[in-house]
Amino acid sequence: MAEEVKEAPAPKKEKIPRQKMPEQEPKVRARNFEEVPYGYTVELAQKEAERCIQCKDPRCKQGCPVEIDIPAFIRCIKEGDFEGAIRKLWEMNSLPAVCGRVCPQEVQCEGMCIVGKKDAPVAIGNLERFAADYQRMHGRDILPPKAESTGKKVAVVGAGPAGLTVAGDLILKGHDVTMFEALHGPGGVLIYGIPEFRLPKAIVAQECNFLERMGVTINVNSVIGRTDSVDELLEEYDALFLGVGAGLPVFLKIPGEHFIGVYSANEYLTRSNLMKAYEFPKYDTPIVRGKNVATFGGGNVAMDSARTALRLGADHSYIIYRRSMAELPARTAEIHHAEEEGVEFLLLSNPLRFLGDNDGRLTGVECLRMELGEPDASGRRRPVPIPGSEFSVEIDTAVIAIGSGSNPLLTKSTPGLALNKWGYIIADPKTGKTMKPRVWAGGDIVTGSATVILAMGAGRLAANSIHDFLTMGW
Amino acid sequence: MFEIVERQEMAQGTVISNWIKAPKIAKKAKPGQFVILRANETGERIPLTMADTDPEKGLINIIYMVVGKSTALFKTLQVGQGYLDVIGPLGQPTHLEKVGKVICVGGGTGIAVLHPIARGLKQAGNYVYSVIGARSKDLLILEDKMRAASDELMVCTDDGSYGHHGFVTDKLKETLTKHKDIGLAVCIGPVPMMKFCAKMTKEFGVKTLVSLNPIMVDGTGMCGCCRVSVGGQMKFACVDGPEFDGHEVDFEELTMRLRGYMDLEKVSYDQFKAAQSGGCACGGHK
Repeated sequence: MAEEVKEAPAPKKEKIPRQKMPEQEPKVRARNFEEVPYGYTVELAQKEAERCIQCKDPRCKQGCPVEIDIPAFIRCIKEGDFEGAIRKLWEMNSLPAVCGRVCPQEVQCEGMCIVGKKDAPVAIGNLERFAADYQRMHGRDILPPKAESTGKKVAVVGAGPAGLTVAGDLILKGHDVTMFEALHGPGGVLIYGIPEFRLPKAIVAQECNFLERMGVTINVNSVIGRTDSVDELLEEYDALFLGVGAGLPVFLKIPGEHFIGVYSANEYLTRSNLMKAYEFPKYDTPIVRGKNVATFGGGNVAMDSARTALRLGADHSYIIYRRSMAELPARTAEIHHAEEEGVEFLLLSNPLRFLGDNDGRLTGVECLRMELGEPDASGRRRPVPIPGSEFSVEIDTAVIAIGSGSNPLLTKSTPGLALNKWGYIIADPKTGKTMKPRVWAGGDIVTGSATVILAMGAGRLAANSIHDFLTMGW
Repeated sequence: MFEIVERQEMAQGTVISNWIKAPKIAKKAKPGQFVILRANETGERIPLTMADTDPEKGLINIIYMVVGKSTALFKTLQVGQGYLDVIGPLGQPTHLEKVGKVICVGGGTGIAVLHPIARGLKQAGNYVYSVIGARSKDLLILEDKMRAASDELMVCTDDGSYGHHGFVTDKLKETLTKHKDIGLAVCIGPVPMMKFCAKMTKEFGVKTLVSLNPIMVDGTGMCGCCRVSVGGQMKFACVDGPEFDGHEVDFEELTMRLRGYMDLEKVSYDQFKAAQSGGCACGGHK
């Protein structure tokens, strides 16, 4: 009997662990405004790209609100075709440098990743960021190709994530796009809400400049509802998109909110991020640099506020939240960053009233301890006060980060726009169409305060619907 | 850039008037509304009520007193130069209707804010009594314009250098005592002035409007910096105001909140003044 030649078994592929993102040391970064993550090097990016198993039916793509062809752009990185990677991203996303930094990937693409079932998911966010940054720093001066001009004009109100996405999509489809932004620069929450150390403003400026180079006109200092009305815009433009955001601060409605040192998160972050108050007096806008700062709330905005307070020189920066750690709505990554930097979490605590001195300056907050009872309508366990458990915390700055409501400036001055009971615009979830003819809406002004990527997803749907209307009439 | 086409110094250089090219704002602005201005990239956003507009020429007029770094910086801007950002028209316009007889009271630079309202009330068919006041004759502004906008004008100076020797509240009281049929009072000026005017008109039971000047950042209602207590409720001066019922405003709270950045404002202004006088701005000694 002839000896069978046995084939040597294939060498077992060594399992590559998820490549850690290089970051500034917590105690160092807690005192500066530079970006916390440094970004992947080419080596780290390509090694991470190897981990993607290139699923035929990618779950990650299903988890992405703008349906990026994730395995395709990752393969380009693996093969060293970085220009190919950015082109793939640009097909579905006009702000990849932003998304790679601020998306909650853990509940979207990475949350669906098959590799993540047994191991750590592929670091899709880090790779997206890598591709966008590489293009910006080393890439050729390229622009995605534009369709032939359609002769149709679109007005986009609000140059935040939703509006920027609509503008980016429609300019590629050959339409004429003009944006109207109330602040003195484009970006919306990208410039006033998200801090420099999470999203450098120079990057936002470059992403917006990219749109301008593609032909989008961005008019700043334009408050639609004051400088011009929606009806006036409709006389000049064929279609309108409203992406004005939630933009109304919500206060705790407890005594003492008038004391000097009590801020809405919008004000605290706008002073710090948009007006660069952390550079005072080089920049003229001041901000109270509290030594003992308490942020009320548990979402991403609260984490941003508490981490900003540390960088402004606080000895103690507290998060005061009425439920427990498990219920905090913020991204796990941001809670983690905050903890590492030294933010102190006072959980199961509810503020009763602010205390102040004779000059009207904040000196403290009186709180009550809570315990968790039965779940409420949101499914989270309801906080129940523990009688007699009052305690005070000495603070000189309070940041109220408990959500944003609907700013009525545009909605109240626009007849024909249907609003729900909270003042948000009623829009078709599949198309963004409002009740007002030729007017679409998306983002926080429709859903209430949510995320950058959800606003972008809504922008994508609205842009498709607007395009259909402009070319086919429906 | 929003260009300055005309510039005037008043009240011994402490009060400046700028006519600024801002056609879209000029077209829409109504009396009582304001703009937010920023001089340059590092500048603050500050609100100033429009003193006048010329829609045909596309111009708006602001009149401001130099009180700190930002207004001192604005003062250095000459004709041909301008502001990086001007946003408006913001705020609710004054409700101008025929009441019958009205009294308008203005103090200091408040007179600039008052003038378009007085003029508007007169155009609406009201008989307009006006009282304007300043610390001294040199600091009194817009007397001629106010005379043209009013049926009767009374002038007061704290030091007696012109007109009645005393406060605007003296003439306010006198007029309200003499004419019991005044249906509306509009009082605009420094916070203590508005506070005392409102206290007085309350005794006479005359509805009173005041124009508030809290610190602002965005001016479109998204930050809450300009929050004031009116009738025990939180209102935003930038979107609910800047005018409110003078009998409902918590002036003490407004006064306290206006002092919120006094120490930092001094740092900024001192540095600016040092740099202007040619010294280094570090605050150290040679």
